[in-house]
Amino acid sequence: MITLQHMLTLSGLLFALSVAGIFLNRKNIILILMCIEVMLLSVNFSFVSFSRFLGDLDGQVFVFFVLTVAAAEAAIGLAILVVLFRERGSINVEDLDTLKG
Amino acid sequence: MFVQILFYAFSAILLAAALGVIASRNPVHSALSLVLAFFTSAALWLLIEVEFLAIVLVLVYVGAVMVLFLFVVMMLDVNIERVRGGFIRHAGLGLVVASLVAAQMIGVFWARDLGVDATLGAPPLPDDYSNTRALGEVLYTQYVYPFELAAVLLLVAIVAAITLTLRQRPGLKPQDVAKQVAVRREDRVRLVKDVDAAGTGPGADRDASPRGGEGA
Repeated sequence: MITLQHMLTLSGLLFALSVAGIFLNRKNIILILMCIEVMLLSVNFSFVSFSRFLGDLDGQVFVFFVLTVAAAEAAIGLAILVVLFRERGSINVEDLDTLKG
Repeated sequence: MFVQILFYAFSAILLAAALGVIASRNPVHSALSLVLAFFTSAALWLLIEVEFLAIVLVLVYVGAVMVLFLFVVMMLDVNIERVRGGFIRHAGLGLVVASLVAAQMIGVFWARDLGVDATLGAPPLPDDYSNTRALGEVLYTQYVYPFELAAVLLLVAIVAAITLTLRQRPGLKPQDVAKQVAVRREDRVRLVKDVDAAGTGPGADRDASPRGGEGA
């Protein structure tokens, strides 16, 4: 029998992996975007599990909206990435120092 | 029991795929691992009877978002070696933070006083229960306003992505349809040799355009 604990543990491990991924690949914007997608997936996991195991459909509706926003985010993020590559010829985070932050 | 074996198998595949995303050398392999992760997640969601979102995950993520990712990854010529620099240097810090995050979250989930009994299975659904129908009934009544906002958000994303990537290259000679439509005969046709008004010669009014040809 799958319990809420199983699903939430899996979600937590997935989130931790994606956090580690952002640390490991902090120079590659594409991989950072992918890690953000994994993060959103793990959050969706929590929403779906709570919704199913507590018998409340609102969590699934929220996952629906998270998917929408994530798709929009990926589209705009990749568009920015393409423009960036066209301007700089590189997607290395270290090259993006125009703002001197 | 069978469901539990499936759950552990899919979980192992999912975590391995996530590990492949963050640790593979080639961004294309990372994207493909991410596809596997989304697919396995859809299988897991099917396992706990959340059918509609599982299908949507495959359609939207695997079908659209990941194809977009793969497209961009393959289009950009990434210098992998340079981008990979500092992988080992940040590995220690990343591992520490990741294990802290995992320990905290799992600690919360396994705590006794979560407010709900998390050790129970999912409540059984009636035989004629349709997840898609139930979700649609909530989405189109209670959440209809956020639903339309989501549609507007997608429109904004479309316009933004196209505007960002649209560019006018200097060397290009694009058509200007308005100019093409507004052109007059006098702008294009130059009378080189005057022929008689009858115009019986074979090439006499070859240059005359159908519109406003009487001036020849």
